[in-house]
Amino acid sequence: AFFWLVSLLLASLIWFISVHLSDREDAKLQYGLLVFGAAVSVLLQEAFRFAYFKLLKKADEGLAMISEDGRSPISLRQMAYVSGLSFGIISGMFSVINILADSIGPGIVGIHGDSPYYFITSAFLTMALVLLHTFWGVIFFDACEKRRYWCLGLVVASHLLTSGLTFLNPWYEASLVPIFIITLCTGLWAFFTAGGSFRNILKCLSCKQENDSRVMMYSALQVPLED
Amino acid sequence: MITFMNNSDSEEETCNERTSLMSAESPPVPSYQDGLQASEAGEVQVHRKRRTGSSRSPNDTADGEMSDSGVPVRESTLENEEEELTLKYGAKHVIMLFVPVTLCMIVVVATIKSVRFYTEKNGQLIYTPFSEDTPSVGQRLLNSVLNTIIMISVIVVMTVFLVLLYKYRCYKFIHGWLILSSLMLLFLFTYIYLGEVLKTYNVAMDYPTLFLVIWNFGAVGMICIHWKGPLQLQQAYLIMISALMALVFIKYLPEWSAWVILGAISIYDLMAVLCPKGPLRMLVETAQERNEPIFPALIYSSAMMWTVGMAKPDTAARGPSQQTWDAAEDGRENHRSPSHTDSQMPEMRSPVPTRPTTSLEELEEEERGVKLGLGDFIFYSVLVGKAAATASGDWNTTLACFVAILIGLCLTLLLLAVFKKALPALPISITFGLVFYFSTDNLVRPFMDTLASHQLYI
Repeated sequence: AFFWLVSLLLASLIWFISVHLSDREDAKLQYGLLVFGAAVSVLLQEAFRFAYFKLLKKADEGLAMISEDGRSPISLRQMAYVSGLSFGIISGMFSVINILADSIGPGIVGIHGDSPYYFITSAFLTMALVLLHTFWGVIFFDACEKRRYWCLGLVVASHLLTSGLTFLNPWYEASLVPIFIITLCTGLWAFFTAGGSFRNILKCLSCKQENDSRVMMYSALQVPLED
Repeated sequence: MITFMNNSDSEEETCNERTSLMSAESPPVPSYQDGLQASEAGEVQVHRKRRTGSSRSPNDTADGEMSDSGVPVRESTLENEEEELTLKYGAKHVIMLFVPVTLCMIVVVATIKSVRFYTEKNGQLIYTPFSEDTPSVGQRLLNSVLNTIIMISVIVVMTVFLVLLYKYRCYKFIHGWLILSSLMLLFLFTYIYLGEVLKTYNVAMDYPTLFLVIWNFGAVGMICIHWKGPLQLQQAYLIMISALMALVFIKYLPEWSAWVILGAISIYDLMAVLCPKGPLRMLVETAQERNEPIFPALIYSSAMMWTVGMAKPDTAARGPSQQTWDAAEDGRENHRSPSHTDSQMPEMRSPVPTRPTTSLEELEEEERGVKLGLGDFIFYSVLVGKAAATASGDWNTTLACFVAILIGLCLTLLLLAVFKKALPALPISITFGLVFYFSTDNLVRPFMDTLASHQLYI
């Protein structure tokens, strides 16, 4: 969350400077600068995600060194999930909490001609974004680990695409529906990246307890040692 | 039975693997025998994971003497065990401190956002005599700096006074002062707080009920803090009085003075705890010399450290109140600055020898808690509360400050695990908090507002 905040800070700094250096009156220019600011923010977020990955790798090595069996207590996949989730949570909170606070107060949505569905679409968009960040986190870390740079590029591209689609608001059919499709696809991709498969789902749903054959293995290993 | 066997088998396996891995440096034939001998001696040292530790055993047992190999291995294994435990419990301690700090902040922010009283300007404390209602910016800045100087000097004087009292063993005076201040906090400030909350929600309450509620709250609080009580109740009371204190500060400190005071107090904290002649460092050292705890109620303790009677012989040598210092000498439990004493703050100074009578054998190894001074709670909450109060109604700033403070706390605890001595908890967190407050308020807020008005997401 801290890393996301720092990336947001830097992006806002860039936007702020660009706005102050430019002509305030020109609405088109301001909108263009906003688009630019959003794009810069997306790129910075991904850059900080990468930086966080590097930091976690280092910490992982340290933990592995001092742990009991040479492996760190948290797997990289768990770290990827947590990192994605926390990016998502802080991003979602920053997007929605002011809206939530305003929704308590007296008022009429869209009285000046804007869409009356502002609150509900904001809620759905935020949910999609949180889920997306989680999935991106999983895919990103896995891609960095396995050095599949095309995956990385795809993640960044999909983030840019999602952010770009929100520019089509309030034409909600064009923005919400594709974003949810993207969320679903990214979710499936993340599921398969994290090692899931149809068999896993079936096993999970059938609640069968598999026989633990590990005991046999240990006692099997014991025999040669006693020689 | 199966699990037990599994454990021992896997331990021996690990031990063998390790020693044989390490002995890749030494000739192969003797190393196999070394590995076997090491595994026999290794029942004790099974968990030692450090390379240096296990690499000694092949060399030592090459001499064929198990007793010799035992001793140097055991020394290094003790170090390894300490490091491992430090890092293992370090994460646990971080969580144990996150929860109370978060709770305190939540209480303060919730109150600020709902009860109007604490954001109204109704005068100032006598410690900040200069008003900020001046026409020019320069004058206002000057006034706030002067206010800060006065406030910090009051704090310094109070702290030095407290340290002198402690040094010359005027315990009764200190206890009396602390009891008086906690009385005031628990009764007077709670009465005001309750009154304002009731006013905000337009709830009627008659005086007898009010008296009953406040009397019970205050009396139980005094007992919990100054005498015995369940740990969680004591923690809850400490959080509540920190929140009350923070609310008082937020109400009565003028805007700019509050920010300058926050900055100045973190610098003061840094100096008071780390400089050799700093008052807080002297307090900690004197307490350590005398093997006494530092006014436990000035400090939030995340775990029970007190034992009434100990059954286990290895730690039974120390008396009840010395358990914490036993841990401190092991370096596993570390004090943080009990921060400042100023006249309003005697409220947080209430000594608490909590001696719960629950059995504590199981707590010895597990609950080496971390201690955080109540002043730290107060100033964290002041920062977040001020952010909530003055950031133009924006929640993003509050959130950003909250995250910044928690990350600062995390870093401080990391440093604590590395340095293993009392460290100031304010500087890093307050610095991050201030940086994030000003930058979020001025840079991020317009950006996010503009994005939200177009319903753009990044």
